[in-house]
Amino acid sequence: MKKDKMKIDKIIVIILLTIGGILMLTPFIWMIFSSFKHANEAMLVPPTLFPKVPTLENYIKLFEELNFLVYLKNTLIVVAIFFIGLLFNAMAGYAFGKFKFPGKKFLFYMVLATMMIPSQVTMIPVYLILNKMGLINTMLGIVLPGLVGAFNIFLFKQFMGGVPNELMEAARIDGAGEYYIFFKLIIPISKPILAVQGILTFIAGWNNFLWPLIIANDEKFYTLSVGLSLLKGQNVTNFALQMAGASIMVVPIMIIFCIFQKHIMEGFVTSGIK
Amino acid sequence: MKNFISKLNKYKYPYLFIAPAIILLFMFSIIPIFVSVGISFTDMNIKGLANFNNIDFIGLENYIELLKDADFHQAIRNTIFYVVIGVPFVVFLSLTSALLINYGTEKIFSFFRVVYYAPAVTNIVAVAVVWGFLYNTNYGLLNNILNGLGLEGLRWLQDPILAKISLIILAVWKAIGINMLIFLAALKGIPKSYYEAAKIDGAKKFQTLRYITLPQLRFSTFFVTITTLIGWIQFFEEPMVMTSGGPLGQTNSMALFIYQNGFKQSQFGYAAAGSFVLFVIIIIVTLIQFRMNKQDAWE
Repeated sequence: MKKDKMKIDKIIVIILLTIGGILMLTPFIWMIFSSFKHANEAMLVPPTLFPKVPTLENYIKLFEELNFLVYLKNTLIVVAIFFIGLLFNAMAGYAFGKFKFPGKKFLFYMVLATMMIPSQVTMIPVYLILNKMGLINTMLGIVLPGLVGAFNIFLFKQFMGGVPNELMEAARIDGAGEYYIFFKLIIPISKPILAVQGILTFIAGWNNFLWPLIIANDEKFYTLSVGLSLLKGQNVTNFALQMAGASIMVVPIMIIFCIFQKHIMEGFVTSGIK
Repeated sequence: MKNFISKLNKYKYPYLFIAPAIILLFMFSIIPIFVSVGISFTDMNIKGLANFNNIDFIGLENYIELLKDADFHQAIRNTIFYVVIGVPFVVFLSLTSALLINYGTEKIFSFFRVVYYAPAVTNIVAVAVVWGFLYNTNYGLLNNILNGLGLEGLRWLQDPILAKISLIILAVWKAIGINMLIFLAALKGIPKSYYEAAKIDGAKKFQTLRYITLPQLRFSTFFVTITTLIGWIQFFEEPMVMTSGGPLGQTNSMALFIYQNGFKQSQFGYAAAGSFVLFVIIIIVTLIQFRMNKQDAWE
């Protein structure tokens, strides 16, 4: 009797989750199926869910006629540079977590305080600063403002602060230099947190939109998200093409996310946001 | 001096390790705040950008102008609307989905975790493109479903009130995942022994939820509420990419107002003043939240 009741509970929960899940996934399903339709099939009333005659013409058009290959390349460059930022975050987190030095407390609070600043406040001055530095319309200008992040530094500090001091002391006694200790000892130990931050960095770099939009005036610096917003503006009625563009942005990140999602979850639990 | 140098040498490594991050944060977060306050007292525009001699100090004029600007008032009203409707929905729905997903340990539950988090990893432009199509009055899926049910289609993005709600729906859809994950992490952290003790005492499911789970989630609820609140006060990307603030400014938000004045009309001084007003509002709301939470803890 009790067991039956448990089962009914669970079935109700699963039904509720399924309804919610369908609502969460519908936009993606609609996007992917529509991206394989011919331009006029996407405009059918009532709409078809599955494409009647599936076609790759939208994808071919994006890469052959539009500049999506350039945008993709730029996006991957942004992601790659963001990984350098990840290294900076890790270094800062390590120093804050494992060293004593004058001004440490002040500097760390300052880092945390930057989390509270809305991007709209810094948007204009950052533009002016980059303008003064002559970095408008360059790849460096696109990535510099988002390169390091307080939250990432905080997570690294939390994790690396837990590494036993004896480990570093032993290495120092053996004559290892500080860089050697960081790269050969601390980095390998920090794999769990690096995995989480790596995937989050990838997502952030891939999805980065506002800065490339503001800073890049030249199409050769556009990232995928900027290119897609351009496509949306210029091909207002070609929904199939738009859906193909959106799929190019969304599907790779989904695949990467599915592979690594376990690490994200574990990272959230171990970093202690509860 | 010698003392200073030897001291610097002693702490060389930690300073070297934090230097890149600190320099970047200084340049792109800390200094910009002061610059922002500074230019909010000037008439800086595109001419000022070309040559700093064209910039004049105008005192509080930008702020006085903002007080009189009907568009800014509308943006504030819209932002309040977004916050009041959006925040409770995000908190409630992400908490509910976390509780449901935490219900079982079978594979299907971790599958749902992935599904619910999926919208959170997607790009806002792609989301805008897809939802723009879903919301399309003639060819969109939503209106066709309504028509199929014998109902009249809605003007999702054209009707003043409905347009705001349409933006909220997609923002909530996108925000559930990350907050659900925070709640899930917290749920996993509640000691099992609490539940075992409650079971022995004969507590009902609902009682366990009311007296154990929810109180244990207090900090994460606070965390989610405050980050969501701050996020929605800065509500920006959704109206920007979906409606550009239209129809007739009905979906415009404060943050979008700042962006448009700054980067579309190059009124840097005026936009900076607006951004500072936004910053002050965020600080006030955050302080109130912390105060309330403290009182809560004292009870």
